Amino acid sequence: MNKSGFNLSTTAMSAGVLLAFLLGWQFLPPLAGIPEFILPGPAKVWAEFLRMQSVEKVWMHTGITALEVAAGFVLGSLLGIFVGFVLGVAPRAELVLSPYILALQIAPKVAFAPLFVMWMGFTVYPKILVAILIVFFPVMVNVLTAIRSVDPDWINLARSFSASRWQLFRLIEAPATLGPLFSGLRIGATLAVIGVVVGELVGGNLGLGYLLTLGDGQGNTAIVFVAIILLTGIGIVAYGLTALAERKVLHYLPRANYGAV
Amino acid sequence: MNVPAAPLAVAGAVAAPATTPAIEFNNITRRFAQQGGKGEMVAVQDVSVAIAPGEMVALIGPSGCGKSTLLNMGAGLYAPSAGEVKVAGTKVIGPRREVAFMLQKDLLLPWRRIRENVELGIEIRGMSAAERRERALKLLDRCHLTGFGDHYPYQLSGGMRQRAALARTLAVDPQVLLLDEPFSALDAQTKMVLQRDLAELIDAEGKTALLITHDLVEAAALADRVLVMSARPGRIIEEIRTDLPHRSDPLARRRHPRMGEITARLMELLHVGESEIV
Repeated sequence: MNKSGFNLSTTAMSAGVLLAFLLGWQFLPPLAGIPEFILPGPAKVWAEFLRMQSVEKVWMHTGITALEVAAGFVLGSLLGIFVGFVLGVAPRAELVLSPYILALQIAPKVAFAPLFVMWMGFTVYPKILVAILIVFFPVMVNVLTAIRSVDPDWINLARSFSASRWQLFRLIEAPATLGPLFSGLRIGATLAVIGVVVGELVGGNLGLGYLLTLGDGQGNTAIVFVAIILLTGIGIVAYGLTALAERKVLHYLPRANYGAV
Repeated sequence: MNVPAAPLAVAGAVAAPATTPAIEFNNITRRFAQQGGKGEMVAVQDVSVAIAPGEMVALIGPSGCGKSTLLNMGAGLYAPSAGEVKVAGTKVIGPRREVAFMLQKDLLLPWRRIRENVELGIEIRGMSAAERRERALKLLDRCHLTGFGDHYPYQLSGGMRQRAALARTLAVDPQVLLLDEPFSALDAQTKMVLQRDLAELIDAEGKTALLITHDLVEAAALADRVLVMSARPGRIIEEIRTDLPHRSDPLARRRHPRMGEITARLMELLHVGESEIV
């Protein structure tokens, strides 16, 4: 294997697995007597995808879901970073708030979706809000833990140079949280998609979550498959961009320390 | 235990030099609350040390005898429970400009280039970017790291990283260097080379240094005076003047005939080999 962890033969093998999967998906269910309206094959899903381009405006729905994911992910991350930093530098505040933070963290965030839809109507906002809530926790917890576990000798070193509180934060604590922050962001990137879809399932007539309910209502499983695949695509793009940013930002770490992509 | 072995040792109280000491510890006691809140642990008890300007003093003692505690108080990171630390005659109440410390860990920040790491202290103290850069590059040259300023810490070997840490320590132009086992994580040969470089720099610039070490040969090869501490609660039980030539060349000192005598005496004081418990 070369440095980047894969080479031509592993790529070819991965492609082979995909091909075998598609072939199996296409030909095995009919052999087992499963009708196409229960489990449509890839050819049928592809045909449905092409039909949906004109009839269902599938790209419009994909775009809306993608924007909601992006907005929820960015806002949730920023909020998580901010609260993580504030609690990180104010241990007292963390002690006071920790039971409530824990309770909110344990509560299933997607369960808030109906509430948000009732409050804000069939707009994009309740979907973004669910995504913000669900992204917030892994980011906040990782930032907070990272600030807590900064090597005290680094702090002492900066203090011995008479660093101010702000300098300690800016020069030591904030940069030291970047690694764990990106681990949190990678988790958040995939969770954001879940948050948005649940929001869309609950109410409204826009987004891939709406297409899921549409396919369900029509008994059209192919639409559901198309929506699932496009949602996965959005998740992959969000995750990939985060991993790319991580590589750019954490360039100063030896390669072996990069998280798995 | 405290039998003076003339003419090497001068037992008893450490005589204060005639001039104002660069750093002095006057009757320092430091207690820590025990874990679980039960009682107190006395880390250091009634320790007095005075180090004259330009003097290099080594402090040795068994593990956990409070050597590092003493150093942290010297750096102004926390206050003694009793007694006072003075730097250049004034009482230490917080970190001081004249004092810089260096630990076994290089403490290089992985997100900063080597040059930026060297600049950390002077950046915190508000020196302009151009001035910082000039001083950092000069120090990298002096610490034999020419051309490595733009590298990141992970790209350097352990010895080079420790050289960078030394450059960072010297960058703030301290009068007093507090060195806490600075070379103990390095392999034997790298260690000897770095000891020589340190001795050269300190001798050339007339810096004052307090070196904490476990390495008896290092103590004898680098220091003008070696202080021996007892097990906890740490007290100073012996002072030995090394009186060896080649102050700036510990490699030559290692070969000096009296080295064996000094290290033998230090081994005796620390009861090396008398107990299996280390």
